[in-house]
Amino acid sequence: MNQFLRRLLFLPDQASTFALDVDRLHYFVILTTFAMSTGVGLTAIWFFIRYRRRSETQTTPHIEPKTWMEALFVAVPLMFFTGWFFLGYREFVRQYTPPIDSMDVYVMAKKWMWKFAYPDGPNSVNVLRVPAGQNMRLLMTSRDVIHSFYVPEFRVKMDVLPGRYTQIWFNATTPGRYQILCAEYCGAGHSIMRGEVIVLRPQEYEDWLASQRRGLLVSQQDGQPTGMDFVPPLGNLVEQGRRIAADQGCLKCHTTDGTRHIGPTWLDLYQRRERLSDGSVVLVDEAYLTESMMDPALKIVEGFQPVMPSFQGKLAGPEVAALVEYIKSLQSDAVRTGPSEGPAYAPIRGR
Amino acid sequence: MRLSEADSHALSGAPAAPNYLHDGTTVMSWLNTRDHKRVGIMFLVSVVFFFFVGGLFALLIRFKLLQPGPFFVDALSYNRMFTLHGIVMIFLFLIPAIPSAFGNFVLPLMIGARDVAFPRLNLASFYLYLGGALIAIWGIIHGGADTGWTFYAPYSTTTPTQVAPILIGVFVIGFSSILTGINFIVTVHTLRAPGLNWMRLPLFVWSTYATSIIQVLATPVLSITVALVTIERIGGFGIFDPARGGDPVLFQHMFWFYSHPAVYIMVLPPMGVISECVCAFSRKNPFGYKAIAFSSLGIAFVGFFTWGHHLFVAGQSVFVGGAFGLLSMFVGIFTAIKVFNWVGTMYRGAISFKTPFAYICGFLYFLVFGGMTGVALATTSLDIHWHDTYFVVAHFHFIMVGASVMAFLAALHYWFPKMFGKTYHEGWGLVAASLIILGFNATFIPQFLLGNFGMPRRYYQYPEHFQALNVASTAGATLLGFGFVLIVIYLGISLKWGSRAESNPWGSKGFEWLTASPPPTHNFDEIPTITQMPHDYRTHEPSGVIRVA
Amino acid sequence: MSHEAEAGLPPGILAHHFSSLARQNEAMRLGMWLFLATEILLFAGLFTGYSVYRFQFPEAFAECSRHLELTLGTVNTVVLITSSLTVALAIHFARTDSPRAAAFCLVLTLLLALGFLGIKAVEYSEHFRERSLPGKYYAFEAVKTPGAAMFFTLYFIMTGIHGLHVIAGMLVLSWILRRTLQGRYSSRYYTGLELGGLYWHLVDLVWIFLYPLLYLI
Repeated sequence: MNQFLRRLLFLPDQASTFALDVDRLHYFVILTTFAMSTGVGLTAIWFFIRYRRRSETQTTPHIEPKTWMEALFVAVPLMFFTGWFFLGYREFVRQYTPPIDSMDVYVMAKKWMWKFAYPDGPNSVNVLRVPAGQNMRLLMTSRDVIHSFYVPEFRVKMDVLPGRYTQIWFNATTPGRYQILCAEYCGAGHSIMRGEVIVLRPQEYEDWLASQRRGLLVSQQDGQPTGMDFVPPLGNLVEQGRRIAADQGCLKCHTTDGTRHIGPTWLDLYQRRERLSDGSVVLVDEAYLTESMMDPALKIVEGFQPVMPSFQGKLAGPEVAALVEYIKSLQSDAVRTGPSEGPAYAPIRGR
Repeated sequence: MRLSEADSHALSGAPAAPNYLHDGTTVMSWLNTRDHKRVGIMFLVSVVFFFFVGGLFALLIRFKLLQPGPFFVDALSYNRMFTLHGIVMIFLFLIPAIPSAFGNFVLPLMIGARDVAFPRLNLASFYLYLGGALIAIWGIIHGGADTGWTFYAPYSTTTPTQVAPILIGVFVIGFSSILTGINFIVTVHTLRAPGLNWMRLPLFVWSTYATSIIQVLATPVLSITVALVTIERIGGFGIFDPARGGDPVLFQHMFWFYSHPAVYIMVLPPMGVISECVCAFSRKNPFGYKAIAFSSLGIAFVGFFTWGHHLFVAGQSVFVGGAFGLLSMFVGIFTAIKVFNWVGTMYRGAISFKTPFAYICGFLYFLVFGGMTGVALATTSLDIHWHDTYFVVAHFHFIMVGASVMAFLAALHYWFPKMFGKTYHEGWGLVAASLIILGFNATFIPQFLLGNFGMPRRYYQYPEHFQALNVASTAGATLLGFGFVLIVIYLGISLKWGSRAESNPWGSKGFEWLTASPPPTHNFDEIPTITQMPHDYRTHEPSGVIRVA
Repeated sequence: MSHEAEAGLPPGILAHHFSSLARQNEAMRLGMWLFLATEILLFAGLFTGYSVYRFQFPEAFAECSRHLELTLGTVNTVVLITSSLTVALAIHFARTDSPRAAAFCLVLTLLLALGFLGIKAVEYSEHFRERSLPGKYYAFEAVKTPGAAMFFTLYFIMTGIHGLHVIAGMLVLSWILRRTLQGRYSSRYYTGLELGGLYWHLVDLVWIFLYPLLYLI
């Protein structure tokens, strides 16, 4: 019955612990809707046939409903509507309350990609690997505008906001690949801002994690690497940024300890107010850092020569992001030599 | 009980008696009019024009969506098209259509007044509407905005497209809406004919009154919200910028505080039209007059407290979600009351299946179905899956097109003889109605299924498995478009070459039919005294004379 | 038009579609109160924004508020309240058939309004000098707490929009002044003046809420 209705209504597969309950309420509500509107429609048709005008001078009696009739037609819908509300709200609260044993993953959305980072492990762009049967909690924030994380088969969705963290949790029941769709309009790439949740059997997931730690590219059992798969070597964004900075030669001209060199030092660069050679002042943010890498001649910091080469075409998007994250981590009162540990998030239920 | 002079004229084939259409035939006499009927006609022409502009955008969107990949236009153009479709349809058509076009024409007639309370303000409303529209069009010509009609920050505050002119246009049109609302409220309070107390008001007056309350109280919040976004865009500082501590969700709260009551601005006047037409074409008293009247006020009141149901997945707390979800359930009850009463009105009536009645039938089915999917959406857990998918798109089109536009067309056909003194060909009316009802179903039912399937809104490209339903929807949209074009054609022909109508071709007991069709400029030779309930069909008089005392 | 002559009024006051002057006055008053309601809701949106951010950044807001010129703000409040008094006096004089006194009070109101704007201009120029400006322009050395820029964003937007309403009110009152000098208002009819005064009272009322929230917290 469930599968019949699910297919009839074009609902996707039920691949999370939420999906079946959500769908059951869906069936109840939609079938009642059909019944009501058909009922009203048929009644109207019946009345038209039965009470059609028979002459131009026909008059009609003055009829008013009995109070009990009005009361009935208020009470019955009210009962249904509030019933649906309470059934739905129970499920809603459940979806909003991650269990204590959830595994966390950090999600960063930006135009137009999804970045995932495990607190103690690898990170990836556009692909999220999770073990089946495990409660997963996603802690999400956006780098720019509002996005929304949506996996139809899991029946989960939550907006991803700039300047704040939102959370969502799910428990994927069936191994497979499920699309992540962005569900809040965010510009030209909104409809291609897609990702993939790859639900692995628990053992496969462990294998994959282990191979990540050993630095291998992709676990064999996983099958074909997806087109969107980008699994950099061990570490997270800041660590990658440090490596890229060394590889690409940035550290030849930019120091990280405050000393003035060929280019401005990166220590405390982020959120600094830099004075430019034309006298104007610019606030160093992600956009400025990115622009400086792509078109360094555009804004020259006062007191420095315009000798920086452009990295347009030499750095891929994720690499630029990693560099920016690295520069952001270089704050004089929080200099760490190890990898960044991600944001602190309020514990749930005293965990 | 003799025929009025106007009817003797009509039936004898003599030229029409002097009426508001003849009272000054220069362009200036129209542009500078104080006559509410002329202002109504000017609004009618404008909103119909903008309906087709918005409809053109819709057809372009649906054409693009035939293919899942890049096709016909690029992503940026597509994003602008759906934004402009929404803005034009909502602000330039739906919000003003029935109140400012038909309300302006019919409301003073229905209460036995010679004009609205502030005729010059009425004309100002029209020019504000036109001015705002022109500013928005200027923005459209220069590329237009790509934010969606909901303008969510921080995308709307940072995108480089022409958002500011569109917002300024919306701001100006907002004032048109506010002034119309003030005008109608004051008119109903102070210009009723002798004997016309509140419990004898025609039902269209009740719903227009409730709508006006919403227009007056909700629109200013939209005004300040778009002003803040405009300031943030032009001035570079604002309260929604997350980098300075701003909260983008605050924008959503402020925006929807107006925009949810706005949907009741878009649906209450249509409900009033349906009340009038159900009574007229069933030739029957309204089943529960007080229920219908007070439920209009109920919708207006409760509708102000439900805006948060647009923010169920916006990152708010569960309690906020719960509160708004429960309140949203209550607002559906008032519509249920109305549906019960409209169907009850048909019981033991004398129903004549004319074109307006065909639209009533479409309205009833679409309102119940669409309204109940609204209740379904308010069921918080279900909304998580449906939010920002085509399910929501289908839901609101069922109400905005399936209900509001059907009622607009019903009003257009019902009051066509009143406004222009001409009749239209009934056969073509029914053909167009059938095309529209069929085309509508074919367009939007696939969209409910697309939403279930998981297709998000505002998607330029989409995963291939959504294609079949998209193609079906586009086919329906084409049929729908044909239906609308057909209406313009036969009504246009009727305007020029249609036969002259009698004063009251429907035999309706609405008070606006007490005077000639078209009415003279001063509306009534003598202001009638009303001593009985409206829509009273226990007796029958020949067309043209209605006993009111 | 005949019933207009019966009322003994100057021409052009009673509109043809109203059955009596009393009805018309009732309509005008109701219309103005409805319009005032829209203005209140407009500012309510701003006050909501203020509340949200005040709750989020309490220290920054308190600190910034201390750096506003309390003396100037208080003087402005007195100026505006006095202007409400003068406009009420103008209505009183019109109602008691002293149009010259009414006109004089209106001129006083306009002067006080101008004074209000002048003091505001002084305050604004001070903010420009010390760089306590909204949003990304904020460079005020004295307060660096997060959220300070937001305070000044709200300060400028709220006082700016209020200032626009002061100017609008001055235009309305100037128009009313012209009509008073033309002898339009008397004990028989002074509704237009009354409504202009009502609008001015609203402008004053908004300031009475703005002042404590911005200057006194």
